[in-house]
Amino acid sequence: MDQQALKELLYKMADDQLIMGHRNSEWTGFGPLLEEDIAFSSMAQDKIGHSLAMYNMLQELGEQDPDTVAFTRNANQFHNCQLTELPNGEYDFSLIRHFLFDTAEAIRFEMLTQSSYEPLAQVAAKIRGELRYHTMHAQTWIKQLGSATEESISRLQKSLEYALPFSLGIFERSPFEDKLIADRIFEGEAALEKKWKAKVEELIGQTQLRLPSWESLTPVVGGREGKHTEHLQPLLDEMSEVFKIDPTAEW
Amino acid sequence: MYGGGNTFEGIKPDALAGEDPIKLAEFEAKIDRGEKIEPTDWMPQLYRKQLIRMIEQHGHSEIIGALPEGTWITRAPGFKRKMSLMAKVQDEVGHAQLLYSAAETLGKSREQMIDDLINGKSKYSNIFNYPTFTWADCCFISWLVDAGAIVNQLANAKGSYGPYCRALDRICAEESFHLKYGHHCVIYLAAGTLKQRQMFQEALNRWWPPMMHFFGPSDKISVHTEVLMKWKVKMGSNDDMRNQFLDMYVPKIKELGFTIPDPKLKKNTDTGRWEYTEPDWEEFKRVINGDGPCNKERLEVRRIAEERGKWVREALRAPKAQYVTPLA
Repeated sequence: MDQQALKELLYKMADDQLIMGHRNSEWTGFGPLLEEDIAFSSMAQDKIGHSLAMYNMLQELGEQDPDTVAFTRNANQFHNCQLTELPNGEYDFSLIRHFLFDTAEAIRFEMLTQSSYEPLAQVAAKIRGELRYHTMHAQTWIKQLGSATEESISRLQKSLEYALPFSLGIFERSPFEDKLIADRIFEGEAALEKKWKAKVEELIGQTQLRLPSWESLTPVVGGREGKHTEHLQPLLDEMSEVFKIDPTAEW
Repeated sequence: MYGGGNTFEGIKPDALAGEDPIKLAEFEAKIDRGEKIEPTDWMPQLYRKQLIRMIEQHGHSEIIGALPEGTWITRAPGFKRKMSLMAKVQDEVGHAQLLYSAAETLGKSREQMIDDLINGKSKYSNIFNYPTFTWADCCFISWLVDAGAIVNQLANAKGSYGPYCRALDRICAEESFHLKYGHHCVIYLAAGTLKQRQMFQEALNRWWPPMMHFFGPSDKISVHTEVLMKWKVKMGSNDDMRNQFLDMYVPKIKELGFTIPDPKLKKNTDTGRWEYTEPDWEEFKRVINGDGPCNKERLEVRRIAEERGKWVREALRAPKAQYVTPLA
């Protein structure tokens, strides 16, 4: 088994989850309904928990401890896709991003339950169960708001068109793609992307939203190799503000 | 967490003038027997009004209280704290949901309550009008404000209105975890570096006066609320609650090596009561009436959240919207 390939996979998944969880948590106290505050907070906790599980696995593989890894790296050392780091904006954007990201995440972890790397397959089975609630939440709201008022439909449509190119960045190919597939650690980003597109088409088709043709979109890539928008570093600075007062202290 | 020290209005002498004396006697007998009043039971208007006011204030305190701590979720140091703080603040918002539901059983809708919060008509706990400058301020709230809340809530859970008591039972169970979490955070600061200890001492200095205010004005200057005590709406005097809190937490704060910023604070062994510098009740009044360090900011955040979320709530009400059964 190629450890470098495995680590690369774990890092990008962990970083996606950490940053997505962090963004979700920013809805605490600001949701359009109390119920949505609570829902985004639940998902945030799950996401941060998932990232911790990945960082723990990385520690087993010889990387530094999760707190050090999560709280002391700079933006250019993060491998999350750019979709996750974009500011929350209005609820429509947060909802669309959540829908696009978690649809991919649910399929990814379904696939990973078959991973030849046993610790990952085991954790994936647990994470898959939690993600079912995330996709259920996203789908309920997309269907509801995607067919309700003129305003809700047009807001979701605009956010969908903005988020789609970024969401294609989830599937940015890794230099280790062939190794991961050969070692049966992961079926690969291309296979995931194909399944994701079919699912997104199916679900958007149940609303009054229009999906642009995939060919018309230019994927926003670079996140996997440490290239980020201007939004990531301030997020990380905020996240590590207390931790960095004294990284050797216990909090 | 909870807004202790509810601000009750004075009761007018003719407040019960229009009530049916037989029904009133039955109602009071029921409370005397320790039975709960349920939403469909007869109740005097004054009881209904005061309960709505109290439960609503409590609900508002939960959502406004989520703000000073919530701002530290994105800055919590390390996975353990980040995950716990998220869960804790989420609990608080969940408490608001429970409490608004309890108040709705008395005839006021959640929308009306939130409107009254934003337009300043109804109050919330004064303590959340103070800023959280550092992580240690956030730890102070998690430990000691929640501790104060538990003192209040355990008393109120023995009150007479069924839906409120049941909500409080659930809330208290969750709050006891918050207390452990908060205490744990403070223990780490106390046992940590010089800088960490200083951070908490400074937070304690900042938060002690609002903490003393938390239980409400001294009994000497409080409005008379005998009838509310008799009806088990108000379950203890403000000074009793404050005394109970001091009994339980002064030793714990001292045990961690911190200094409480009140040289007069000591327990009178003869009376069993705590003596302390009289809190500045003029400041309390000023802050509760809108002139505290963060009143405007707190309400502004709530107002913006309501405004930004309006289209979502309208979309849920849209006649053509169908409720979608989740595909489990």
